[in-house]
Amino acid sequence: MLKGKVGKEEASLSIPENTSAYQLKNILKNEFPAIAEFVDKNIMISINQEFADKNTIIKDGDEVALLPPFSGG
Amino acid sequence: MDLVRIQKEDFQVSAEVERVKAASKSIGGIVVFVGTARDISKGEEIVKLDFEHYPGMAEKKLKEIRDTALKNFNIIEMGIVHRIGHIAIGGNIVLIAAAAQHRNDAFMACEWAITELKRITPIWKKETTKKGEVWVEEHP
Repeated sequence: MLKGKVGKEEASLSIPENTSAYQLKNILKNEFPAIAEFVDKNIMISINQEFADKNTIIKDGDEVALLPPFSGG
Repeated sequence: MDLVRIQKEDFQVSAEVERVKAASKSIGGIVVFVGTARDISKGEEIVKLDFEHYPGMAEKKLKEIRDTALKNFNIIEMGIVHRIGHIAIGGNIVLIAAAAQHRNDAFMACEWAITELKRITPIWKKETTKKGEVWVEEHP
């Protein structure tokens, strides 16, 4: 869904030290305007394959994923 | 073969039931939920269904669901299989098999597990209708 809008599945970003998941959303909105409305609406963030909350700090080398609402099952 | 898997290939319900049943001779009942690909969504005819997952995290969440079910319900074993990729109308999507000494525990665990799967597992469904493609954003 998001990768279709951005045109890529993965991206590497340099972000300031101690950026939280919440702050990352704002960075992503600027970086990828095509998904800004989704990032605001209903995108969850995972860090190293665990759900992050808005205050979770992203560390160097972390794997961060943007997760649209799930529809498995 | 693992009791918890994500795979492209179809699965055989009877084989999955046997795999779970092999866990113990104390099993007295197995409740199986099989989710299948229907041909209609919100009144639109579905031509094609595709599933994608977040490799690694999706498998991890399914394993967590099994572990939590074994801890919190009086069941003996649980198997969870979810398919990804293209799934034909009528095809199998997901299977959950909960085995217990008594049926009520198996029913409760199975119901909980499919609800939890839809809630926490990073798997996404894309429906193709005659009007186009849409990523489904809800899990009724």
